[in-house]
Amino acid sequence: MSDVQATTVDPAERLLQRMTPVQRVHAILHRYPALSPAVVLVLAAVVLGSLNNRFFLPSNLSLVAQQVAVVGGLAVGQTLIILTAGIDLSVGAIMVFTSIVMAGSAANFGVPGPLALVLGLLVGTLAGGLNGLLVTRLRLPPFIVTLGTLNIFTALTLLVSNGASIQGKDIPDLLQWTGLPIAIGPFRLTTGVLLMLAMYVIATYILRNTAFGRHIYAVGDDREAARLAGIAVNRILLSAYLAAGFIFAVTAWILIGRVGAASPNAATDANLDSITAVVIGGTSLFGGRGLIVGSLLGALIVGVFRNGLALAGVDVLYQTLVVGVLVIVAVATDQWIRRVRA
Amino acid sequence: MTADVAPAPTAVEGSRQPIIEARGLIKTFGRVVGLDGTDFELYPGEVLAVIGDNGAGKSTLIKCLSGAMVADAGEILIEGQETVFRRPQDARAAGIETVYQSLAVAPALDIASNMFLGRELRRPGPLGSILRMLDHGRMRSMARKQLQDLGIGTLQSITQAVETLSGGQRQAVAVARAAAFGSKVIILDEPTAALGVRETGQVLKLIRDLRDRGLPVILISHNMPNVFEVADRIHIQRLGRRVAVVTPTTHTPSDAVAIMTGAMDGATGPAAA
Repeated sequence: MSDVQATTVDPAERLLQRMTPVQRVHAILHRYPALSPAVVLVLAAVVLGSLNNRFFLPSNLSLVAQQVAVVGGLAVGQTLIILTAGIDLSVGAIMVFTSIVMAGSAANFGVPGPLALVLGLLVGTLAGGLNGLLVTRLRLPPFIVTLGTLNIFTALTLLVSNGASIQGKDIPDLLQWTGLPIAIGPFRLTTGVLLMLAMYVIATYILRNTAFGRHIYAVGDDREAARLAGIAVNRILLSAYLAAGFIFAVTAWILIGRVGAASPNAATDANLDSITAVVIGGTSLFGGRGLIVGSLLGALIVGVFRNGLALAGVDVLYQTLVVGVLVIVAVATDQWIRRVRA
Repeated sequence: MTADVAPAPTAVEGSRQPIIEARGLIKTFGRVVGLDGTDFELYPGEVLAVIGDNGAGKSTLIKCLSGAMVADAGEILIEGQETVFRRPQDARAAGIETVYQSLAVAPALDIASNMFLGRELRRPGPLGSILRMLDHGRMRSMARKQLQDLGIGTLQSITQAVETLSGGQRQAVAVARAAAFGSKVIILDEPTAALGVRETGQVLKLIRDLRDRGLPVILISHNMPNVFEVADRIHIQRLGRRVAVVTPTTHTPSDAVAIMTGAMDGATGPAAA
């Protein structure tokens, strides 16, 4: 803010331009939306690490990364949707349905692994596309659309699977590839964790460096302004839901590797957990602002809190309570950040 | 064709071809009539003001000319060619840029992103063609240059979010965007409505600069002093129709207001004499 001279500044204006420390913090947080989750993550790690010295062991940190892989993957797609000022309650249901399609087609119908994977990716993408079509063509609110498809895909999952899990021994190796351990230095990660991180890298590139990514922000920020600026709003929305569906399908692959089976009852909390990660990560539920990397930080914050509190011997109920407080604090912070001095 | 629809062509325009011409535009909203057979001409190198009372159809007319709305009937001609605008992109492709009263900027995006919104520049080479990578650096430097060319370089940073700007600065960004891309016509809808005296002066100067660079401007405004200060001709809209076209030299602001409100008949006013 040093180059604010130039024009004739009268004393009153200069007074208005002098910022209090609180305003300065506000301006910085407004400019760097991923900063507050990063600070929270570091603080949480320091505090929880001091409570139990096993927290910082590579084996424990590796465990957190593996635990976060599934919700972290879903949060990539969830962020795309929330940036468009939407919300997706069906993410977990789409993922579980897709995992059953992938594993079930191979186990029950002898579909070869690669084909089962492609089939799953296609089904997940189309499931996301169904949400997108309902939002754009019928102009229904995303909350209602995905509340409906949440139930639809949950029911379809149970119908297709007859309520039974598919055992790991019946699932082709390719579909369980995401569970393979990979040692990086002292850390023991899995290919699934790396796949999730790859999705963050790719999504970050697209949102930052392509016109499509900028248009997702513009549509979520001010739909009418985006339309008047010549952006085909419905096409952007539909593409975002399709891309999110594809991401949920990739996450289904990560899920199969993580669990070592495909279960219709897996990851029941994933729908809301993904929203929690995105919100704690500093992305605004009102759309148009936030960073994809924030959602990774958000997922890690939840993972770190659960893990660290468990190591400290805190009851699981208090872990859930802490996550609830975090969500409210994050949204309150967002409300405060969005109030702009102008 | 032009002669029988232009009621009072001034000496300057004579028989020149209009850049934009509209004939008998009709637009209804349910039972409400927005446009009731409006005609319109904009000639090269002029600032044409469009004035009218609330509900006279100014905004509807402008939305039809800028592609934000499609008229129910009537035709629009661009340089004599009949044209149909179905979307804002169509009008923009024809070289018509509009600054809406709402400004149509995305508040959370930065200045450069807003200026290039919907027509982002990509990197040259495979980075741009295969990886679709945007050229942020070039867009920022072009945005900065454009703002400086228009004499509005007092912004702090080209990467600051538009919502952190004052009303006048936002207006400047929207006008700069239009001026950067408008090759034929620039339409400004109430550009001074939210501005203070000094900022209003800057926008009026901007309008004259645009005209001097050869870009005709359509100015929709309620503000009579502003209109009489910059306009070459004034299109007066009343009850969904054009009732008169006057000039600041032949009419006074009170004449214009009288025609606008129906107290004076546009055709028998001083312009017709």
